[in-house]
Amino acid sequence: MIDVLEGALRVLLVLGAFLVLPLVVGQTEHKAMAHMQSRLGPMYAGGFHGWAQLVADGVKFAQKEDIVPAAADATVFKLAPAVALIPYLVVLVAIPVGPGLVAQDLDLGLFFVVAVMGVGVLGSLMAGWASANKFSLLGGLRTAAQLMAYELPFLLAAASVAMAAGTLSLSGIVQQWQPWWLLWQLPGAVVFFVAGLAELQRPPFDMPVADSEIIFGAYTEYTGLRFALFLLAEYAGIVVLCALTTVLFLGGWHGPYAESLGWLWTLIKTMVLAFVVIWLRVSYPRLREDQLQRLSWQGLVPVALLQLALTGVVEVLIT
Amino acid sequence: MHDFYGDYALVGVVLLVGVSFVTAALTANRLLRPSAPAPGKRTTYECGVDPVGEGWAQSHIRYYVFAYLYVIFAVDAIYLFPWATVFAAPGYGATTLAEMFVFLGFIAVGLLYAWRKGVLTWT
Repeated sequence: MIDVLEGALRVLLVLGAFLVLPLVVGQTEHKAMAHMQSRLGPMYAGGFHGWAQLVADGVKFAQKEDIVPAAADATVFKLAPAVALIPYLVVLVAIPVGPGLVAQDLDLGLFFVVAVMGVGVLGSLMAGWASANKFSLLGGLRTAAQLMAYELPFLLAAASVAMAAGTLSLSGIVQQWQPWWLLWQLPGAVVFFVAGLAELQRPPFDMPVADSEIIFGAYTEYTGLRFALFLLAEYAGIVVLCALTTVLFLGGWHGPYAESLGWLWTLIKTMVLAFVVIWLRVSYPRLREDQLQRLSWQGLVPVALLQLALTGVVEVLIT
Repeated sequence: MHDFYGDYALVGVVLLVGVSFVTAALTANRLLRPSAPAPGKRTTYECGVDPVGEGWAQSHIRYYVFAYLYVIFAVDAIYLFPWATVFAAPGYGATTLAEMFVFLGFIAVGLLYAWRKGVLTWT
Protein backbone atom coordinates (compact mmCIF):
# COMPACT_ATOMS: atom_id res chain seq x y z
CA MET A 1 0.00 0.00 0.00
CA ILE A 2 2.77 2.40 1.01
CA ASP A 3 4.58 1.48 -2.21
CA VAL A 4 1.54 2.34 -4.30
CA LEU A 5 1.01 5.67 -2.52
CA GLU A 6 4.68 6.57 -2.88
CA GLY A 7 4.59 5.65 -6.55
CA ALA A 8 1.48 7.78 -7.05
CA LEU A 9 3.19 10.71 -5.34
CA ARG A 10 6.21 10.36 -7.63
CA VAL A 11 4.00 10.29 -10.71
CA LEU A 12 2.09 13.35 -9.48
CA LEU A 13 5.33 15.26 -8.87
CA VAL A 14 6.57 14.41 -12.36
CA LEU A 15 3.27 15.53 -13.88
CA GLY A 16 3.34 18.71 -11.79
CA ALA A 17 6.87 19.58 -12.92
CA PHE A 18 5.86 18.81 -16.50
CA LEU A 19 2.88 21.19 -16.35
CA VAL A 20 4.45 24.03 -14.34
CA LEU A 21 8.08 24.38 -15.49
CA PRO A 22 7.33 24.83 -19.23
CA LEU A 23 4.87 27.60 -18.35
CA VAL A 24 7.50 29.29 -16.18
CA VAL A 25 9.96 29.11 -19.07
CA GLY A 26 7.32 30.41 -21.47
CA GLN A 27 6.45 33.36 -19.27
CA THR A 28 10.14 34.12 -18.71
CA GLU A 29 10.57 34.06 -22.46
CA HIS A 30 7.72 36.56 -22.96
CA LYS A 31 9.18 39.00 -20.49
CA ALA A 32 12.92 38.48 -21.13
CA MET A 33 12.49 38.78 -24.90
CA ALA A 34 10.35 41.88 -24.44
CA HIS A 35 12.92 43.61 -22.26
CA MET A 36 15.82 42.61 -24.53
CA GLN A 37 13.88 44.22 -27.38
CA SER A 38 12.96 47.33 -25.37
CA ARG A 39 9.25 46.64 -25.09
CA LEU A 40 6.95 45.54 -22.28
CA GLY A 41 5.53 42.22 -23.42
CA PRO A 42 2.17 41.00 -22.08
CA MET A 43 0.93 43.36 -19.33
CA TYR A 44 -2.81 42.85 -18.90
CA ALA A 45 -3.76 39.22 -18.25
CA GLY A 46 -3.85 38.55 -14.50
CA GLY A 47 -3.07 42.15 -13.57
CA PHE A 48 0.55 41.99 -12.38
CA HIS A 49 2.87 42.21 -15.42
CA GLY A 50 0.66 39.84 -17.41
CA TRP A 51 1.59 36.78 -15.35
CA ALA A 52 -1.53 34.90 -16.49
CA GLN A 53 -0.93 35.41 -20.20
CA LEU A 54 -0.14 31.75 -20.88
CA VAL A 55 -3.18 30.61 -18.87
CA ALA A 56 -5.31 32.92 -20.99
CA ASP A 57 -3.66 31.52 -24.12
CA GLY A 58 -4.49 28.01 -22.93
CA VAL A 59 -8.15 28.91 -22.35
CA LYS A 60 -8.29 30.48 -25.82
CA PHE A 61 -6.72 27.41 -27.48
CA ALA A 62 -9.14 25.07 -25.67
CA GLN A 63 -12.14 26.92 -27.10
CA LYS A 64 -11.02 27.00 -30.72
CA GLU A 65 -12.57 24.86 -33.40
CA ASP A 66 -10.61 21.75 -34.35
CA ILE A 67 -9.95 21.68 -38.07
CA VAL A 68 -8.43 18.73 -39.93
CA PRO A 69 -7.73 19.49 -43.62
CA ALA A 70 -9.75 17.37 -46.04
CA ALA A 71 -6.57 16.24 -47.85
CA ALA A 72 -4.73 15.24 -44.66
CA ASP A 73 -4.13 11.74 -43.34
CA ALA A 74 -6.52 12.33 -40.44
CA THR A 75 -5.35 9.60 -38.03
CA VAL A 76 -1.66 10.48 -38.19
CA PHE A 77 -2.48 14.18 -38.21
CA LYS A 78 -4.44 13.88 -34.96
CA LEU A 79 -1.90 11.60 -33.31
CA ALA A 80 1.17 13.74 -34.05
CA PRO A 81 0.86 16.28 -31.18
CA ALA A 82 0.64 13.47 -28.62
CA VAL A 83 3.74 11.79 -30.07
CA ALA A 84 5.59 15.10 -29.88
CA LEU A 85 4.56 15.87 -26.30
CA ILE A 86 4.43 12.65 -24.25
CA PRO A 87 8.13 11.67 -24.60
CA TYR A 88 9.20 14.80 -22.73
CA LEU A 89 6.93 13.82 -19.84
CA VAL A 90 8.36 10.30 -19.79
CA VAL A 91 11.96 11.59 -19.85
CA LEU A 92 11.36 13.57 -16.65
CA VAL A 93 10.98 10.27 -14.76
CA ALA A 94 14.70 9.55 -14.98
CA ILE A 95 16.09 13.02 -14.21
CA PRO A 96 17.48 13.31 -10.66
CA VAL A 97 16.74 16.56 -8.86
CA GLY A 98 18.59 16.00 -5.59
CA PRO A 99 20.51 13.23 -3.80
CA GLY A 100 18.02 10.36 -3.89
CA LEU A 101 15.36 12.72 -5.23
CA VAL A 102 14.37 11.11 -8.51
CA ALA A 103 11.08 9.64 -9.65
CA GLN A 104 12.83 6.44 -10.72
CA ASP A 105 16.59 5.90 -10.91
CA LEU A 106 17.11 3.80 -14.03
CA ASP A 107 20.34 1.85 -14.54
CA LEU A 108 20.18 2.77 -18.21
CA GLY A 109 19.14 6.35 -17.42
CA LEU A 110 21.28 8.20 -19.96
CA PHE A 111 20.50 5.74 -22.74
CA PHE A 112 16.79 5.80 -21.89
CA VAL A 113 16.66 9.59 -21.87
CA VAL A 114 18.44 10.01 -25.20
CA ALA A 115 16.32 7.31 -26.84
CA VAL A 116 12.98 8.69 -25.61
CA MET A 117 13.93 12.26 -26.56
CA GLY A 118 14.50 11.01 -30.09
CA VAL A 119 10.86 9.87 -30.24
CA GLY A 120 9.67 13.44 -29.70
CA VAL A 121 11.02 14.52 -33.08
CA LEU A 122 8.84 11.87 -34.74
CA GLY A 123 5.82 14.01 -33.87
CA SER A 124 7.09 16.80 -36.14
CA LEU A 125 7.84 14.34 -38.93
CA MET A 126 4.35 12.82 -38.65
CA ALA A 127 2.77 16.27 -38.67
CA GLY A 128 4.84 17.33 -41.67
CA TRP A 129 3.88 14.34 -43.76
CA ALA A 130 0.26 13.88 -42.66
CA SER A 131 -0.76 17.51 -43.27
CA ALA A 132 -0.59 17.05 -47.07
CA ASN A 133 0.57 20.64 -47.30
CA LYS A 134 3.64 21.81 -49.20
CA PHE A 135 4.89 24.04 -46.40
CA SER A 136 4.38 21.26 -43.87
CA LEU A 137 6.23 18.79 -46.06
CA LEU A 138 9.18 21.18 -46.46
CA GLY A 139 9.18 21.73 -42.71
CA GLY A 140 9.10 18.01 -42.08
CA LEU A 141 12.01 17.39 -44.48
CA ARG A 142 14.04 20.12 -42.81
CA THR A 143 13.25 18.57 -39.42
CA ALA A 144 14.50 15.22 -40.69
CA ALA A 145 17.69 16.74 -42.10
CA GLN A 146 18.33 18.53 -38.83
CA LEU A 147 17.68 15.41 -36.78
CA MET A 148 20.19 13.43 -38.84
CA ALA A 149 22.87 16.09 -38.58
CA TYR A 150 22.57 16.84 -34.88
CA GLU A 151 21.69 13.46 -33.37
CA LEU A 152 25.26 12.23 -33.82
CA PRO A 153 27.13 15.01 -31.94
CA PHE A 154 24.37 14.90 -29.30
CA LEU A 155 24.95 11.18 -28.70
CA LEU A 156 28.73 11.43 -28.81
CA ALA A 157 28.77 14.24 -26.24
CA ALA A 158 26.45 12.24 -23.97
CA ALA A 159 28.65 9.17 -24.36
CA SER A 160 31.67 11.20 -23.25
CA VAL A 161 30.03 11.82 -19.86
CA ALA A 162 29.14 8.14 -19.55
CA MET A 163 32.82 7.32 -20.15
CA ALA A 164 33.97 9.82 -17.52
CA ALA A 165 31.52 8.58 -14.88
CA GLY A 166 31.66 4.89 -15.81
CA THR A 167 27.90 4.55 -15.43
CA LEU A 168 24.74 5.26 -17.39
CA SER A 169 22.60 5.99 -14.33
CA LEU A 170 21.95 9.72 -14.19
CA SER A 171 22.12 9.78 -10.38
CA GLY A 172 25.38 7.84 -10.61
CA ILE A 173 26.80 10.38 -13.05
CA VAL A 174 25.99 13.28 -10.72
CA GLN A 175 27.53 11.40 -7.76
CA GLN A 176 30.76 10.86 -9.69
CA TRP A 177 30.90 14.45 -10.87
CA GLN A 178 33.84 16.62 -9.75
CA PRO A 179 34.16 20.39 -10.24
CA TRP A 180 37.17 20.00 -12.55
CA TRP A 181 34.91 18.14 -15.00
CA LEU A 182 33.55 21.58 -15.91
CA LEU A 183 36.80 22.16 -17.75
CA TRP A 184 37.47 18.57 -18.83
CA GLN A 185 33.99 18.13 -20.35
CA LEU A 186 33.55 21.71 -21.54
CA PRO A 187 33.68 20.98 -25.31
CA GLY A 188 31.23 18.12 -24.81
CA ALA A 189 28.91 20.36 -22.81
CA VAL A 190 28.83 23.00 -25.53
CA VAL A 191 28.25 20.38 -28.24
CA PHE A 192 25.48 18.72 -26.21
CA PHE A 193 23.67 21.98 -25.52
CA VAL A 194 23.93 23.32 -29.08
CA ALA A 195 22.92 20.01 -30.67
CA GLY A 196 20.03 19.75 -28.21
CA LEU A 197 18.84 23.22 -29.21
CA ALA A 198 18.95 22.16 -32.82
CA GLU A 199 16.88 19.06 -32.09
CA LEU A 200 14.28 21.20 -30.36
CA GLN A 201 14.26 23.47 -33.42
CA ARG A 202 14.78 26.49 -31.25
CA PRO A 203 16.16 29.69 -32.79
CA PRO A 204 18.78 30.08 -34.24
CA PHE A 205 18.10 26.51 -35.46
CA ASP A 206 14.47 27.12 -36.41
CA MET A 207 14.74 26.49 -40.15
CA PRO A 208 12.03 23.76 -39.93
CA VAL A 209 9.46 26.24 -38.64
CA ALA A 210 10.88 29.40 -40.26
CA ASP A 211 7.73 31.50 -40.17
CA SER A 212 8.87 34.04 -42.74
CA GLU A 213 9.40 31.42 -45.46
CA ILE A 214 7.37 28.27 -44.78
CA ILE A 215 4.57 29.72 -42.58
CA PHE A 216 5.08 27.43 -39.58
CA GLY A 217 6.62 24.33 -41.10
CA ALA A 218 5.09 21.06 -39.98
CA TYR A 219 2.57 22.84 -37.74
CA THR A 220 1.07 25.04 -40.48
CA GLU A 221 -2.27 23.19 -40.66
CA TYR A 222 -2.71 22.84 -36.90
CA THR A 223 -5.09 24.92 -34.86
CA GLY A 224 -6.60 25.06 -31.41
CA LEU A 225 -5.54 22.59 -28.76
CA ARG A 226 -3.41 20.39 -31.01
CA PHE A 227 -1.31 23.41 -31.93
CA ALA A 228 -1.06 24.29 -28.23
CA LEU A 229 0.21 20.76 -27.50
CA PHE A 230 3.02 21.27 -30.02
CA LEU A 231 3.94 24.56 -28.34
CA LEU A 232 3.87 22.87 -24.93
CA ALA A 233 6.15 20.17 -26.34
CA GLU A 234 8.66 22.82 -27.39
CA TYR A 235 8.80 24.37 -23.92
CA ALA A 236 8.82 21.00 -22.17
CA GLY A 237 11.72 20.16 -24.49
CA ILE A 238 13.61 23.24 -23.30
CA VAL A 239 13.10 22.18 -19.68
CA VAL A 240 14.26 18.63 -20.40
CA LEU A 241 17.33 19.74 -22.37
CA CYS A 242 18.39 22.25 -19.71
CA ALA A 243 17.81 19.75 -16.90
CA LEU A 244 19.84 17.13 -18.77
CA THR A 245 22.70 19.53 -19.45
CA THR A 246 22.64 20.43 -15.76
CA VAL A 247 22.70 16.80 -14.66
CA LEU A 248 25.36 15.64 -17.14
CA PHE A 249 27.73 18.59 -17.30
CA LEU A 250 27.04 21.10 -14.52
CA GLY A 251 27.00 18.71 -11.59
CA GLY A 252 23.24 18.63 -10.95
CA TRP A 253 22.63 19.01 -7.23
CA HIS A 254 26.27 19.79 -6.31
CA GLY A 255 26.65 23.10 -4.50
CA PRO A 256 26.74 24.43 -0.94
CA TYR A 257 24.42 22.43 1.39
CA ALA A 258 23.82 19.87 -1.36
CA GLU A 259 22.35 17.40 1.14
CA SER A 260 19.38 19.59 1.97
CA LEU A 261 19.29 22.15 -0.86
CA GLY A 262 20.37 19.92 -3.76
CA TRP A 263 17.01 20.17 -5.53
CA LEU A 264 17.29 23.96 -5.45
CA TRP A 265 20.69 23.88 -7.13
CA THR A 266 19.36 21.64 -9.90
CA LEU A 267 16.42 23.97 -10.40
CA ILE A 268 18.56 27.12 -10.41
CA LYS A 269 21.05 25.68 -12.91
CA THR A 270 18.21 24.47 -15.13
CA MET A 271 16.52 27.86 -15.11
CA VAL A 272 19.76 29.72 -15.82
CA LEU A 273 20.27 27.47 -18.87
CA ALA A 274 16.67 28.07 -19.93
CA PHE A 275 17.41 31.78 -19.78
CA VAL A 276 20.45 31.20 -22.02
CA VAL A 277 18.13 29.41 -24.50
CA ILE A 278 15.90 32.50 -24.59
CA TRP A 279 18.91 34.79 -24.80
CA LEU A 280 20.25 32.89 -27.82
CA ARG A 281 16.87 33.23 -29.52
CA VAL A 282 16.98 36.99 -29.19
CA SER A 283 20.68 37.32 -30.10
CA TYR A 284 21.24 35.23 -33.22
CA PRO A 285 19.66 35.34 -36.68
CA ARG A 286 18.31 32.10 -38.08
CA LEU A 287 20.93 29.82 -39.65
CA ARG A 288 20.49 28.97 -43.33
CA GLU A 289 20.08 25.28 -44.15
CA ASP A 290 23.65 24.89 -45.47
CA GLN A 291 25.15 26.81 -42.54
CA LEU A 292 23.17 24.55 -40.25
CA GLN A 293 24.53 21.39 -41.82
CA ARG A 294 28.07 22.78 -41.90
CA LEU A 295 27.98 23.72 -38.22
CA SER A 296 27.08 20.16 -37.34
CA TRP A 297 29.32 18.10 -39.64
CA GLN A 298 32.36 20.39 -39.70
CA GLY A 299 32.03 21.89 -36.24
CA LEU A 300 30.19 19.85 -33.65
CA VAL A 301 31.01 16.31 -34.85
CA PRO A 302 34.82 16.82 -34.93
CA VAL A 303 34.73 18.56 -31.54
CA ALA A 304 32.63 15.72 -30.10
CA LEU A 305 35.09 13.14 -31.46
CA LEU A 306 38.03 15.05 -29.95
CA GLN A 307 36.16 15.20 -26.65
CA LEU A 308 35.72 11.40 -26.75
CA ALA A 309 39.46 10.96 -27.32
CA LEU A 310 40.30 13.40 -24.53
CA THR A 311 37.89 11.74 -22.10
CA GLY A 312 39.24 8.30 -22.94
CA VAL A 313 42.90 9.24 -22.47
CA VAL A 314 42.37 11.17 -19.22
CA GLU A 315 40.09 8.49 -17.78
CA VAL A 316 42.61 5.70 -18.46
CA LEU A 317 45.45 7.84 -17.03
CA ILE A 318 43.69 8.62 -13.73
CA THR A 319 42.35 5.12 -13.03
CA MET B 1 10.27 -3.11 -6.65
CA HIS B 2 13.96 -2.81 -7.36
CA ASP B 3 14.42 -5.46 -9.99
CA PHE B 4 15.02 -4.50 -13.62
CA TYR B 5 11.41 -4.65 -14.80
CA GLY B 6 10.11 -3.17 -11.55
CA ASP B 7 12.16 -0.05 -12.29
CA TYR B 8 10.26 0.42 -15.51
CA ALA B 9 6.81 -0.04 -13.95
CA LEU B 10 6.80 3.62 -12.97
CA VAL B 11 7.89 4.58 -16.49
CA GLY B 12 4.87 2.68 -17.83
CA VAL B 13 2.57 4.42 -15.36
CA VAL B 14 3.90 7.85 -16.37
CA LEU B 15 3.42 6.93 -20.03
CA LEU B 16 -0.21 6.05 -19.27
CA VAL B 17 -0.62 9.30 -17.34
CA GLY B 18 0.74 11.18 -20.36
CA VAL B 19 -1.68 9.46 -22.73
CA SER B 20 -4.62 10.15 -20.41
CA PHE B 21 -3.52 13.78 -20.00
CA VAL B 22 -3.66 14.31 -23.76
CA THR B 23 -6.95 12.39 -24.00
CA ALA B 24 -8.52 14.41 -21.18
CA ALA B 25 -7.36 17.69 -22.72
CA LEU B 26 -8.80 16.77 -26.12
CA THR B 27 -12.08 15.58 -24.54
CA ALA B 28 -12.43 18.87 -22.68
CA ASN B 29 -11.64 20.61 -25.94
CA ARG B 30 -14.41 18.62 -27.66
CA LEU B 31 -16.93 19.82 -25.07
CA LEU B 32 -15.81 23.45 -25.15
CA ARG B 33 -15.22 24.13 -28.81
CA PRO B 34 -17.75 25.15 -31.41
CA SER B 35 -18.25 23.00 -34.48
CA ALA B 36 -19.23 24.74 -37.68
CA PRO B 37 -17.81 22.67 -40.52
CA ALA B 38 -17.55 24.23 -43.95
CA PRO B 39 -15.71 22.88 -47.00
CA GLY B 40 -13.71 26.09 -47.34
CA LYS B 41 -12.16 25.62 -43.90
CA ARG B 42 -10.88 22.19 -44.76
CA THR B 43 -8.95 23.13 -47.88
CA THR B 44 -5.18 22.92 -47.72
CA TYR B 45 -3.56 26.21 -46.71
CA GLU B 46 -1.60 27.81 -49.48
CA CYS B 47 -1.47 31.50 -48.60
CA GLY B 48 -5.12 32.07 -49.47
CA VAL B 49 -5.21 30.88 -53.07
CA ASP B 50 -6.64 27.51 -54.10
CA PRO B 51 -4.08 24.75 -53.58
CA VAL B 52 -2.13 23.72 -56.66
CA GLY B 53 -1.47 20.00 -57.17
CA GLU B 54 -0.89 17.64 -54.29
CA GLY B 55 0.81 18.28 -50.96
CA TRP B 56 2.73 15.02 -51.06
CA ALA B 57 5.69 15.68 -53.31
CA GLN B 58 8.40 13.17 -54.10
CA SER B 59 11.92 13.94 -53.03
CA HIS B 60 15.12 13.09 -54.82
CA ILE B 61 16.27 9.47 -54.44
CA ARG B 62 19.86 10.51 -53.67
CA TYR B 63 18.77 11.62 -50.21
CA TYR B 64 18.63 7.97 -49.18
CA VAL B 65 22.39 8.23 -48.64
CA PHE B 66 21.79 10.59 -45.73
CA ALA B 67 19.27 8.19 -44.23
CA TYR B 68 21.88 5.42 -44.49
CA LEU B 69 24.54 7.59 -42.85
CA TYR B 70 22.16 8.34 -40.03
CA VAL B 71 21.32 4.68 -39.43
CA ILE B 72 25.01 3.73 -39.43
CA PHE B 73 25.89 6.41 -36.89
CA ALA B 74 22.88 5.65 -34.73
CA VAL B 75 23.79 1.96 -34.58
CA ASP B 76 27.40 2.92 -33.79
CA ALA B 77 26.19 5.06 -30.94
CA ILE B 78 24.17 2.20 -29.41
CA TYR B 79 27.34 0.14 -29.10
CA LEU B 80 29.24 3.10 -27.72
CA PHE B 81 27.17 3.37 -24.54
CA PRO B 82 27.71 -0.07 -22.96
CA TRP B 83 31.40 0.18 -23.89
CA ALA B 84 31.66 3.59 -22.24
CA THR B 85 30.77 2.20 -18.81
CA VAL B 86 33.46 -0.47 -18.69
CA PHE B 87 36.35 0.72 -20.85
CA ALA B 88 38.39 2.01 -17.91
CA ALA B 89 37.70 -1.00 -15.69
CA PRO B 90 40.78 -2.79 -14.24
CA GLY B 91 42.45 -4.94 -16.89
CA TYR B 92 41.03 -3.05 -19.87
CA GLY B 93 42.75 0.35 -19.88
CA ALA B 94 45.26 0.55 -22.72
CA THR B 95 43.68 -2.09 -24.98
CA THR B 96 40.24 -0.52 -25.01
CA LEU B 97 41.79 2.89 -25.44
CA ALA B 98 43.56 1.68 -28.59
CA GLU B 99 40.26 0.22 -29.79
CA MET B 100 38.59 3.55 -29.18
CA PHE B 101 41.13 5.29 -31.39
CA VAL B 102 40.51 2.73 -34.13
CA PHE B 103 36.77 3.48 -33.86
CA LEU B 104 37.30 7.23 -33.83
CA GLY B 105 39.74 6.84 -36.73
CA PHE B 106 37.12 5.11 -38.87
CA ILE B 107 34.55 7.83 -38.23
CA ALA B 108 37.08 10.62 -38.72
CA VAL B 109 38.38 9.17 -42.01
CA GLY B 110 34.80 8.77 -43.25
CA LEU B 111 34.02 12.31 -42.32
CA LEU B 112 37.22 13.65 -43.90
CA TYR B 113 36.48 11.70 -47.09
CA ALA B 114 32.99 13.21 -47.27
CA TRP B 115 34.42 16.65 -46.53
CA ARG B 116 37.14 16.44 -49.21
CA LYS B 117 34.65 15.05 -51.71
CA GLY B 118 32.55 18.15 -51.22
CA VAL B 119 29.49 16.37 -49.87
CA LEU B 120 29.32 18.84 -47.00
CA THR B 121 29.35 21.98 -49.13
CA TRP B 122 26.25 23.34 -50.75
CA THR B 123 25.96 23.24 -54.52
